[in-house]
Order: sequence, then structure tokens, then C-alpha cells
Amino acid sequence: MSTINQSGWRPEMNAVEGEAAATFTGNRALMLDEPLIFEIGSLSTTGVDFDFEAGRGAYQDRLGGLNRNKDIGLPGLSEPEAVRHYTRLSRQNYGIDLGFFPLGSCTMKHNPRLNERMARLPGFADIHPLQPVDTVQGALEVIDQLAHWLVTLTGMKAVAMSPKAGAHGELCGILAIKAALEARGEDRRVVLVPESAHGTNPATAAFAGFTVEDIPATPDGRVDVAALTARLGPDVAGVMITNPNTCGLFERDLKTISDAVHAAGGYVYCDGANFNAIVGKVRPGDLGVDAMHINLHKTFSTPHGGGGPGSGPVVLSEALAPFAPLPFVEQQDGRFVLVEEETAGEHHGSSFGRMVSFHGQMGMFTRALTYILSHGADGLRQVAEDSVLNANYVLRSLEDVLDAPFANSGPCMHEAIFSDRGLAEGFSTLDIAKGLIDEGFHPMTVYFPLVVHGAMLVEPTETESKAALDQFIGAFRSVAQRAKAGDAALKTAPHFAPRRRLDETLAARKPVLVWKEPAQVSGAAQAAE
Amino acid sequence: MRYLPLTPSDRQAMLAAVNAATIDDLFADVPESARLTGPVAGLPMHASELAVERHMSKLAGKNLSAGAAPFFIGCGAYRHHVPASVDHIIQRGEFLTAYTPYQPEIAQGTLQVMFEFQTQVARLLGTDVANASMYDGSTACWEAIGMARRITKRAKAILSGGLHPHYVSVANTMAKYTGDTLVTATPELTAEPDTAKLIDLIDDDTSCVVVQYPDILGRISDLSDLAAACQAKKALLVAVVTEPVALGAIKSPGEMGADIVVGEGQSIGVGLQFGGPYVGLFGCKEKYVRQMPGRLTGETVDAEGKRGFVLTLSTREQHIRREKATSNICTSSVLCALAWSIHMTLLGEAGLRNLATVNHVGATTAADRLAKVPGVELVTPTFFNEFTLELSKEARPVVRELADKGILAGVSLGRLYPGEDALANGLVVAVTETTTAEDVETLAAALEEVLA
Repeated sequence: MSTINQSGWRPEMNAVEGEAAATFTGNRALMLDEPLIFEIGSLSTTGVDFDFEAGRGAYQDRLGGLNRNKDIGLPGLSEPEAVRHYTRLSRQNYGIDLGFFPLGSCTMKHNPRLNERMARLPGFADIHPLQPVDTVQGALEVIDQLAHWLVTLTGMKAVAMSPKAGAHGELCGILAIKAALEARGEDRRVVLVPESAHGTNPATAAFAGFTVEDIPATPDGRVDVAALTARLGPDVAGVMITNPNTCGLFERDLKTISDAVHAAGGYVYCDGANFNAIVGKVRPGDLGVDAMHINLHKTFSTPHGGGGPGSGPVVLSEALAPFAPLPFVEQQDGRFVLVEEETAGEHHGSSFGRMVSFHGQMGMFTRALTYILSHGADGLRQVAEDSVLNANYVLRSLEDVLDAPFANSGPCMHEAIFSDRGLAEGFSTLDIAKGLIDEGFHPMTVYFPLVVHGAMLVEPTETESKAALDQFIGAFRSVAQRAKAGDAALKTAPHFAPRRRLDETLAARKPVLVWKEPAQVSGAAQAAE
Repeated sequence: MRYLPLTPSDRQAMLAAVNAATIDDLFADVPESARLTGPVAGLPMHASELAVERHMSKLAGKNLSAGAAPFFIGCGAYRHHVPASVDHIIQRGEFLTAYTPYQPEIAQGTLQVMFEFQTQVARLLGTDVANASMYDGSTACWEAIGMARRITKRAKAILSGGLHPHYVSVANTMAKYTGDTLVTATPELTAEPDTAKLIDLIDDDTSCVVVQYPDILGRISDLSDLAAACQAKKALLVAVVTEPVALGAIKSPGEMGADIVVGEGQSIGVGLQFGGPYVGLFGCKEKYVRQMPGRLTGETVDAEGKRGFVLTLSTREQHIRREKATSNICTSSVLCALAWSIHMTLLGEAGLRNLATVNHVGATTAADRLAKVPGVELVTPTFFNEFTLELSKEARPVVRELADKGILAGVSLGRLYPGEDALANGLVVAVTETTTAEDVETLAAALEEVLA
């Protein structure tokens, strides 16, 4: 059936009528369509040269007769072709370096390049996790210094550094709670999760074997304290709360909630995804929190690289500290030691175990520590203040054109929430998001949190200037007005992105997850014909 | 404060615009007793770029980096040469500073890379499909056990003694909370892996058998019999690869019948970095795709009929189904996956095979040289680029002594298996294309001295 043309495109992909009909290549000026490596590479091409040391002729393999006897099917590109392939692909991406990226709850702030340079020092980048500890004292000191900052900024007792991401940190916190309950000989089965919590929270609790019960939100966007305290009892292991919460509001009653949960014998897990709003202003430990993960990639600016890696250290209260996972860095007689399984006896004998093979995201630790030292205690406090000021500025500048459900619930913290109420019939949050793309902005978070209909969650962060905010506010205002007026062109936006609206239903109905030779192509390509 | 663009007059103007007299008016919902009145005590104030660079460089200088010493450490993380263009490309801001591709129209770069990565991984592992990456090999291994439980509705997993002990540790931690029963075979310092013993352990309650390939001692064994034995009992075979470069030389686990193949991808494109971030590889047979954890990118078309890519099958994901999610994984190591994919593209089929050959030739040469040292015996007759030596004395202090001589000499089994006396003399040595003949001579001479 299909043939591949010189640029790698199947011609039928472009066989569309009208003004938008593509040229033969699909290219437009500086925006070049890029075929897949499987369409342009070959099995014999390579971009790497090798040194073959003497003696190869005499050697006999010891592969036990399991030698590869078939092609794997990995196409190669020469170095110039590869650099061009990936550079062209990069141009189809929006990143924070390109412009405002107001994804609520994701904290997309500027990623300083000093962090990158420091993480690449050979003393950090080129050391093995199983080297003798005397040869990695500087690396252990980085972990120790970062741990000190995290514990001090949160007012907690200890920190588990190894979780690989925010959700992994949640799992760490919930396992510490489970281990603490077991140590007390109690089998509490229920974890309470307020409606406004991140979706990861209930998934995490369920994954660890707990039964999850929802706690409703009040009309002003906070936890219903009465409902929560009424549900407390001897079967409740704890509560997972997000503060500032997903409506962008501070949970005023967190201390009251913590006291009640503690009195009932449970623990308080706080989702720390929104720590950016309060870093240096409030210590969660002072509010009675027992465990909180910190997304280093959010508050402490380690780049998220298109969806990861993250890093999710978990700070722990005195009650949970003994149950922290291994390994652990400790100072003993002026040198740093790595507390692993065999040495855990004395101080960490109650540890719930190991979560990952090595010591966590070291590459993220160096970046986060670099960032923290750059800001200092004074700068971090300013971070929280500016991020909150920026969010309130966005909220107050747009509340006259967009429904802002919690505009009267007190100041918002570092993110502002709007809903799709009042748009023209048939127009939705998605249309506003796609319209913003045409205005040159990455859209805000859409349809989250679930407690708000057609939610739009805008998080500007502290690294946006007033001029950048004013530009965004102007664009948002214009798109919102078009959605209220029922401008049909908005329904087919984006018009200027590398792709028009993509068919997500087709992708899920007929999943094409790996590339196959055109003769084998089914699913998406057939549907397109 | 160089990262903060607001000026004092901006702040004044904005406070006025939001109708607040002071910034603390915006923190009014924080109980007064919990509000800090100034910078947190006990921490330094902000510092210049030069000062921070000086501080961090000093810390980095306290470590002995792999490139500064003859280096032979493996056991789940390997030192390979990464072409300069890999790091150059991943530092492009459009890749480095992007988020999860929730808006596919302006994230085609990341999405196409993820699709290419999935295809490369599936082909390398010999599986039908692969996901867009996991945290690392150890978490991918645990997730595979959970996936086998969901598919077979059984909860007893059999773990080979050749499986990395940290991976076993992670699985043990998680199994305590999910109700899985893990049967772990004893690691042994023998020439042959424990395949026959594993086959004997499979019964009607078994969800999966987990085997590492090559295993923790470096041994390579045919997985076909194990796959057939699993199939006969309707259990799954999970294969774990911690050195993917090996698959350039030996058959893939998928080819030999593994149902799920997971791996640590660090070897390709991702540096050692003291243990992370790494990139977990995860592939499986197509019929199990809806039980596979992690993110997936799928091909589709846009409104003009042009090919494009989107995140797909997210109904398995935690943020959609909450407590019904297949796992609590909420991310993938995209940037590391990008580095992996670029490096793999630069290698190509021919380059990967060359790389594998250079590794294997170097390792066989080194194994023979080191086995000539008095007091050293080569335990493993088959291996790829990592082999196990049995020393005439306990290996752990030997490794420390060699480190004092500036040689990073491999991993003592005593470190990985504290308390297992039968393994204490074992030393696992890794050789890659970065190891020179001179490095091997240096190690051999020093080892001779220390063992004398």
C-alpha cells in the first residue's frame, strides 16, 4: 500500500483539501515536519566510532551460544543527521525558556543554567552509587546539606531522600505511616482524602492497601472540617491533605485538623506539591504535619524535561522519622556514612525498607542545592511572596471576564482558579486552552481540580515579570471574550501550532504504540485514509 | 535574587491592583501563630553565582570520579562513553524546560521522541510494546511483579538468586503492603545460574518468575526452558536487564519467550550520577498492554489528517481512576529517555553491535588477565561485560585497600549481601569500552599485591 517518499512522509497523510492542505513535504518555512528515525535511518549507519584494541582476532566469545542471530531493527543516523533530527523536533515543543507556562499545580518556573553546570561536574556526574563511601564524601555532603535545608524550611525532624518523584514520595509517606501503625500493633485501614486532593493521593493510599474515603469540600473550596473530624475513629490511619490546596487556597484549619487526627491516633500526610507558595513563610511542621513530599523539580527548579525525571524527598515528623526508608546519610566522627540494610540496626532499625536500588535522584539534589544556595533563606521567602503576589494579580485582573469560583474565599496562594461558567453555548475550557496556544502561550492546567466545573488553574510562579503577566492577561482576556461571544474560529484552534487538534479518541481506540513498517501499518494510518 | 524579575515598584503597583496594603495581607489565611516573621533561622542568605559555583565545586572535588581512576564498578550501573551531542541536545531549552505533554499540539517534539523511544525499547527487549519509561530498573521490576499479579490474579512471585539484591529489597518492601508473597532463591557463587531450581518452584499459585539477564554475577543463561515452564503453569516470565548494551550481543529475553521485560536503561545515554536519575525500561506482550503501568504515547492524526502523537490509554493512570489506577506512577523519566533514544539513534544497529563487541572483547581479555593473579579464580564461564572473581580472602576490605591505591575495583559481594559468608570472597568486575588495557594491568598488579 503506502510508500515512503523522500522525506519519509506517506503521501496520503497530506491528502487534505482546502487552504490548509499541506505541500508534498508538509514543511512550512522555519517549521519543518520531521519524519521518524525509522523512516530516515538505516541499520548500517552509525554516528559513533569505536576503538578496537589489539587482540580482537584471537578472541572467542563467551556468550554461552546465545549470540544475537537476527537484526534488532535499530536504525542509526550519522551525527549531523541526528543533531538535525532532534533539533527540528525540539522546535515543535513549548518550554519555559520559550515563554509563560502557567500550568497550575506544576510550578513551571525558570530553570537556572548554573544548576545544570554544577550537576555536570565530573565529581557529581561521574561517580558510581556503589563506590566505597570514602571516595564519595562530597556527594554524601550534598545530600546532607540539602536534607538540612529541607528539614529546616519545613520544621520537621528528618527527611527521606530516595523517592524518585512526587507520587513516589507520597508512597514513601504513606508507607512510613503504615509502618508506624504496625509498630504500635494497630491495623487501621482507612485513609481520608479530601475531594480537593491530587489524584495521586487516593491512588497511593489504595496501592498501599488502605481503603480510601472521600471528605467533601466546603463551598469556599476548603476541607469540610466538621465532616472530617466526625469521621475520625480507631479505624482511621490518617488523612492526606494538600496545602495550599488544589483550589489554590490555604487550609486555614490545618492545625485544628492535625490536632484532631493526632488525638484520634492517626497521622497527617500533606501533599507538598504546592510548597512553592509558602516556602520560607510557613513551616508545615508547625501545623502538625507528619509527612510531606517536596517536589524538587517544582519548588527548587530542577528542570522537568518533558515529564520527568522528578525527585520527591519526604520530610517526616518525630513520630515517623524512625520508619524512614533506607539508605540514609549520617555524619559519624566527622565523616559521612551511608546507612544501608546491614548498618540500620542502631538508628534506623524500624525502617520500612528500601524504595529504589540506589540513593535517589542525586542529579536533582545537586541542582536543587545549587538553586537553594543561590536564593538563600531570604530569597526563598521572597519566592513565596512573589509567587503569591503574581497569582493574586492574575486573579484580580481576570475576575471581571471569567468566573472565579473562589474569588471571595480569601486571597489565593500561588495559583488562581477560573471556571467555564458564562461561556457561549458549546464553548468550553478546552477551546480557551487551544485559543491561548495561538496567542503564543502554553495553556493553564485544564479540568483540574475536579471540584470546579471546567476548571482553569493558572500558576504564574515568581519568575514571571509584571510585563509578562500583563501580556498573558491581555491574551487570556481576548480569548475569554471570544469564547463568550461564540467565535467559531476558536472551536478549531490552534491554527498556528505544529499540529491542529489531535484525535485523542482514535489514539486510545486503536492504540499504535510502536512504529511498524508501512506494510504492517494499521490503526491510525488506516483510519486516516 | 537574580531569578526574581519583580522590582520593588512593580510589587507596590501590583499590591495596589489586588487591593492589599502589604504582602502579608495575602497570607491572611495562615494562622498568625504559624507565620514566620523573617527568613528561617539557621540558614545562610542568598549568594552570587560565583560563590555558589565555588561551594559546589569544592564538594565535587571531594569525590573520586570514575574518569580519574581505573574503574571497574558495575552491578546495576555502568560507565559508558556518551557522545557529546547527546548532552548538547538534551540541554536545548525546548526539551529541558518542557512539562508533561498535556497539550499535544505544542509538544510534538517530546511526544515523537517518546514514540521513537517506545519502538527502540520494544525492539531491543524483544517485546511487542514498551512504555515511555519508568523511574529506574528497580521500580520497573517491582511494577512488573504487580502487573503479573493483576494479569494472573495470583500473588506469589518467585525471584531468582541472580536478581540484583537491591531489586529484591525494593520488591520485599512493596510486597509487605500489597500482600504479594515473594519466594526468593538463595544467591550462590556458582558457574551456573539457578534456572533448574526456579523451574521446580513454579506451581499453580505462581504469578511470575523474575530472573535477571545477564544476572548479578554476570552469568548469561538461556531463558527458553524457564519460559516454557512458566507457560505450562500459566505463570509469567519477567526478565530484568540491568545492562542493555548486552542485548547488542545476545538474544533478547522477549525472543526467548519472556512475557514482561524490564530494565535499567542508564547504560545508554545516561551518566552514573551516583544512582539517579536513571531510566526504567518496560516492555511486554501486546495482549497485556492495558495492564502495563506508566505513560504511553500513541500515534494519531490531527484535524488536517497529519500524523501526530498524543499521550494515550491514560485511563490506567492514577489521575483519572484514582484508587482504581494500575499503579501510583505519575511520571516517566522523559529527559533520560530522550538521552537514551538519542544515544541509541547515534549507535544504530551497527554501532550497538560494535559497542557490544568492544565491551565483550575487553571483558574476556580482562577476565583472563585477572584470573592469572595468584589467589584469584574466575567463577563465571559465561558473561557479557561483567564477571565474578573469587578471591583468596574477603573481597570487601580488598576493595577498600584498592580504593586507597586510587583504583575503583568492582563491587564486593560482601557489600551487596552483608552477612552471607559464602559470598564474601566474591568480587564482581565490570569492563566497558572506557576501560583501557593499562587500567586492567594496574588492577592486576595491585590485586596481586593486596592478595599476597
